[in-house]
Amino acid sequence: MDGVIGFFADLGPNFQLLLDRSPQIIEGVRVTVLATVLGALLALLIAFVFGIAQLSKAAVVRWVARIFVEFFRGTSLVVQLFWLFFVLPQLPYPLGFRLDPLLVAVLALGLNYGAYAAEVVRGSINSVPKGQYEALSALSISPARGMVRVIIPQAWALMIPSLSNLWIQLLKGSAIVGSITLYDLFFQVEQVRDRTGTWFAYLFALLAYFLIAWVIVVIMNALEVRAKHSIGRGPALREAWRSLFRPPGGKTAEGGLA
Amino acid sequence: MSSWWSWEHAIGALPTLLDGFKITLLATVLGTLIALVLGLIVAIIRRSAPSIVSAPVTGVVEFVRMTPLVVQLVFANLVLSPYVDSTLAIGIWVLGIHYTTYMAEVYRAGIDAVPTGQWEAATALSLPRSRTWRAVIVPQAIRNTLPALGNYAISMFKETPFFFVIYIPEMVRNAQTYGGDTFRYTEAITLAGLIFLAASYPTSLLIRRLEKKLA
Repeated sequence: MDGVIGFFADLGPNFQLLLDRSPQIIEGVRVTVLATVLGALLALLIAFVFGIAQLSKAAVVRWVARIFVEFFRGTSLVVQLFWLFFVLPQLPYPLGFRLDPLLVAVLALGLNYGAYAAEVVRGSINSVPKGQYEALSALSISPARGMVRVIIPQAWALMIPSLSNLWIQLLKGSAIVGSITLYDLFFQVEQVRDRTGTWFAYLFALLAYFLIAWVIVVIMNALEVRAKHSIGRGPALREAWRSLFRPPGGKTAEGGLA
Repeated sequence: MSSWWSWEHAIGALPTLLDGFKITLLATVLGTLIALVLGLIVAIIRRSAPSIVSAPVTGVVEFVRMTPLVVQLVFANLVLSPYVDSTLAIGIWVLGIHYTTYMAEVYRAGIDAVPTGQWEAATALSLPRSRTWRAVIVPQAIRNTLPALGNYAISMFKETPFFFVIYIPEMVRNAQTYGGDTFRYTEAITLAGLIFLAASYPTSLLIRRLEKKLA
């Protein structure tokens, strides 16, 4: 039975079915979480390298970073995923090679969202007050050391809300990896659809993604509280644990994307 | 030995890519319109309706924003296809509603940024509530939010390829089909990416200029 009525009538048997299929579902969750976490780590690395490179004094470095960022933001995630999966193996030696689907997913997610995040890193470093730079030279702290010890810790606190939103976008984007034969959460849920009906299967899938997204929100809120506390602008995590469950929306008004 | 790039295939793929691009553009424009209108309505409800209305609206908005567009597309398509003939229409509405949740946040920030004095002045002049929104708050709020709304429109443009999961023949799906038919993916998919870049980069430059002008 399908439809809303079927959803309620078959709720019991459907949960039983889901329980029987739990090894596959758990494997799907594992793949989704793996792609999301590794993709986010790659994105973070790319964001810092290319975000800081765009502020370099050398024009060449700035331009290379700018082109990289615009390229990976401008060509859609799906195109990048398909390019790495379908086109890369067709290129001639020594370029053409087939990558593992998980690696393709991590690369595409990391490059695409890393390019967006690079803009966040650049913007946050730019919004650290100029007086901080002046203070560095007044105290004759070297630029590199000042960047690591003074500027980045302040910028980090500023960029976390936007990075949090991007990480959730990355999680949501990961739901297409089934099309490059990576069997993630969404793929595994689709396998039970025929037997549980549409409503049950998809409400389960949406709820599962929603929960994973909330784990990301809580992690990022905790990082934000800690980052603010470490630069003396907020309570310690112990005192502010309530704010961990604040929804992410509304903290970034700039629209972060595009 | 075949060379890695064939102009013959590049030209051969172009008509189907451009056909797909029309759908991509149509979906972006209509999806943006839906999100712009619904987003404003949601933002006003969340701000002014009693909590018995605004709390569930907030819950639904959070849920839609934090779950994948891809899953929503497939779900909506399976549920609605017996009643709606056009898969494209379903896709456009799902895309529009997904981005409504983002645009509602943008509007909300814009509304919050309107100085309290404006509200007080409207009360002092005993403007009716609907006229306060229409003539005082919304015009000021929208001006502040134009760049962010534009950024989301570009971001919708780049998410239209997700439509491939419900078999809408937009550009990237057509590129993939061309590749599958000819066993040559290189030209079609590379061109699809370049067309995206060519369309979205100038638009984002334009928005950046708008941002500077309004700032």
